[in-house]
This record gives sequence, C-alpha cells and structure tokens, in this order.
Amino acid sequence: MCSKGPFLEEDIAQTNLGLDLLGQAEALLTYAAKLEDKGRTADDLVYKRPERDFYNFMLTEQPNTDFAFAVVRQYIMALYLDKVYETLSKVDDETLSGIASKALKEIDYHKSHLGMWVTRLGDGTQESHERVQTAFNELWMFVGELYEEDELDLKMQHSGYAISGDEMKSYLFSEISSSLAKATLSIPESVYMTTGSKKGIHTEYLGYLLTEMQYLQRAYPDANW
Amino acid sequence: MGAEKLEVLFQERIDANEKIEPRDYMPEEYRQHLIRQMSQHAHSEVIGMQPEGNWITRAPSLRAKKILLAKVQDEAGHGLYIYSATETLGVTRDELISRLHQGKAKYASIFNYPALTWADMGAIGWLVDGAAITNQVSLQKTSYGPYSRSMVKICKEESFHQRQGYEIIAAMAKGTSEQKEMAQDALNRFWWPSLMMFGPHDSDSPRTGNAMKWKIKRESNDVLRQRFIDKTVSQAELIGLTIPDPDLKWNEERGSYDFGEIDWDEFWSVVKGGGPCNLKRLNHHKKAHNDGAWVRKAAAAYAKKHLNK
Repeated sequence: MCSKGPFLEEDIAQTNLGLDLLGQAEALLTYAAKLEDKGRTADDLVYKRPERDFYNFMLTEQPNTDFAFAVVRQYIMALYLDKVYETLSKVDDETLSGIASKALKEIDYHKSHLGMWVTRLGDGTQESHERVQTAFNELWMFVGELYEEDELDLKMQHSGYAISGDEMKSYLFSEISSSLAKATLSIPESVYMTTGSKKGIHTEYLGYLLTEMQYLQRAYPDANW
Repeated sequence: MGAEKLEVLFQERIDANEKIEPRDYMPEEYRQHLIRQMSQHAHSEVIGMQPEGNWITRAPSLRAKKILLAKVQDEAGHGLYIYSATETLGVTRDELISRLHQGKAKYASIFNYPALTWADMGAIGWLVDGAAITNQVSLQKTSYGPYSRSMVKICKEESFHQRQGYEIIAAMAKGTSEQKEMAQDALNRFWWPSLMMFGPHDSDSPRTGNAMKWKIKRESNDVLRQRFIDKTVSQAELIGLTIPDPDLKWNEERGSYDFGEIDWDEFWSVVKGGGPCNLKRLNHHKKAHNDGAWVRKAAAAYAKKHLNK
C-alpha cells in the first residue's frame, strides 16, 4: 500500500498498520526462535523457511486487489488478533503477555481505523458499496480458518493460551454482523470455508510473496546485511 | 498603500530577516516562486517514495524492512507538511497534483534513476538524502515562515535517513566481495546524479537572483554542492569506497575538494523527461491517484450524508 494509498494521509495510516504488524511479528518470532533453542533467529524463520513451513492464515496472503480488499482483509484480521492478544495478555508467560499487551493497544487502533473504512465504503457511494461487498464476499471463504481447531489449539485452550473455536466464531460473527449492518452491507452467503494453513497448505499467492521477500537471503546465503 | 510602497516595505522585512507569514503582503512573483519551489519539493518527497518503496518487499532482514518502511512513510509525511505549507499560499493540493500529472510541475530528477540493488537503498539514503539535507538545512532559514518551519521538522528526520543509508552501504562495503561490488556500483551510479540535485551552476541558474534577493534561497547551488562534496568524500574513504571522479582532489588553498565537470547534457535530458524512470514514476503516481478516486469519493459522500443527518 505504501506509495499506492488513495491519498497521502491514508498512505501514512496504512503504513503505520504495516509497521505495527511487522513489529509484532518480529517480537513473536524472536521469542519463538529463543524457545526453539536451535540457534535460529527471527530472520532465519522469516527468510529461510520454505512455503510449506509457513502456517499463516490464507486470508493474510490474499492480494490487495483494491483498497476494499486490503481494508476488509486487515479488518477481519484485526478482529481476530484483538481476541488473540487479549487472551495472551493474561497468560503467565511474561514475555508473551508483554508482547500481547503492547500489541493489543496497536490492534485496537487497527480495528477502529479499518472499521471506520468498512462503514465509510459501505455507506459511501454505490461503487464503494459494491466494491466492499465484493471484498467481503470473496474473502469470506478464508474466515473459517480463524476459528478452526487442531490438537495444538486444544492444548493451548487447555492451558488458557487460547479461547475455543466456538467462542472465536461467535465473537467474529457478532462483530462482523454489526459492522456490516452499520455499513449497510450484507453478510456473505454461507460458503464452503477453506482449510489447510495449519498444515502448511496455502493459496498460490504465498509462493510469490516468499520469493520476493526471501530473494536476497537466498541469493547471497553467506552475506550479512 | 501603493503597490510600490508595499514592495519596499516587504523587502525591508526580508532584509531584516523577518519571516513572511501567509496573511502578510507579498509580491505576486514571490508567491509564484514559492508555489513552484515548494510544490516541486513536495512532489519530490512523494515521488521519492517509489525507488525505495520498490525494495520494501525485498528488504533482507526484519530490521531493515521496518526501517525502510518507516523511512518511506517519513517521505510521505514530508510531502504532506510541504503540501500543507504550500496551500497557505492559496493553492490546493488537488491543483498541485494535477499540475504534476500534466507535466507542468517538476520533481527532483534523481528519482528518475532506477534502484537496482539493495546497495541502492544505502546510496539513496547516504547520498540523495545527504544532498537533500544539505539543501534543506540551508532552507530552514528561508524567508517564508511555513516553509521554514516545515524544513526544521523535516531536517530532524532526514538526518536519521542519511544514517540509515550510510549504515546499509557501510555494512555492504565490509561484507562479501559481491556485496562490496554492489556498494561500489551503487556509489558509481548515484554520485553524479546526487551532485546534479543542487541544480545548474550559479552562472546558469536563471531564477537564483530573485530567490536570493527574497531570501527564499539562502545559499547558491554551487556553494551547497561544494559543501556536500566536502563532507561526503571522507565518508566514502572511511568505508573503503571510491568516488567515481578521477579529477577529485583536495585543494589546500580553497580548503575544499576540486571535482570534475558534471554531465549537464545528462542533467537536462533527465529533467526534460529522458531519464530511465520518468514515465514509470509519473504513471505510478497517476495510477495510485486514479485508483484511489473512488475511495476519496466514498469518504466525501459518507461525510456529506452524515453531516446532514
């Protein structure tokens, strides 16, 4: 979005959201690398893992088809992350609760900023209404993964590190329904919800993102930057 | 009061180093000169987001990515300050952008050169921002209040940018042989265009006269260019890179470096649209602006609906 925003103020705002997310990813990956204790760094985890070792939700790798897609994708992720960080901010692990508490403040802003755009676009012009409705419709199939549960999720729920899939689903649906109603938009028709990212299955977009992101580290493995 | 008398008083204020504020009297030529210079400056900040923006997705570490993204965001912020300062002269941002799109307003030619390797992120921060700071530090004392204040704010961030760029190129210069080669190549490509950023020689700079008289410009192109060269040469030496100018030589008598002749044909051809990226930069800006039109319309329509409720 940087240098591609609809106007300068929003270009700056969207970049802020990106910077927050990068900071959160860095903090979490640094901690993950430390817990793993195999001498890998956060950068190793980012730049040297192949596609199938990435477990990000497919929603996050969907392209910025237009401003509405970027807003809707990040809005749904902000809702999800808000709940995740809220839960993690209360766990015993101090590093994790520290990261989550800081991130929670940032994500609250994302929720409000992106939520305002959902309202404005939905209740703006005919064109913006159609574009944001299309974005919700086309991204809807990726929402199911956000409340899907595997064994690890159940373990985390058991120790208080995650809420249940049902809780997450009802929270997401209630937030999204009220936000769509306010924006004069409709809840997308029930669709087949895609699944797989927890097993490293992705849409084809991820490969291109990684190719670009990992290019220098892969082309010059001995170099320090 | 007659126009002549007003102009005399205006010049007296300038001579006494007073700042001119938006509601103060100013000659029309002063206003037009500022609009031209400040909008060119604002456009440069915004177009300047592109060569570096082009590398954000390929930054080689999380730290480098964060810093570069924050830097490009700063450029957007600088563009915004300067557009706002320019609007105090009675012109809107929309008009300024439309002049840019019509090719009536320029931006710094340096951004018409491509950013080819990661070392270019170093060279741009170090040399391009370095040249820009040299110019902007001088502009902090410009006579128009809003412009001067925006320069003060911008200079603080620019010095961080220059350090960021120097850090990248320094790390590469002491890295693998391939990295060092990239660093030297980036210096080779960006050195001369950076010197061109200060504009033509004073003897060939038609607008400098009025700009100096009105203290819009406080120091001449050649003075600023020399200052930049003098401080940059030792920075290159420190990291083992060679400035691509066989005529570069310390002149004991002047206490400055002598340097080779700039290729002014290249300068003018890039200014006139012949640079490798002129078309791409402008088209990118137009596309982002046009793609955003429906978003701006939606925001305006929403605001109107809810204001009337």
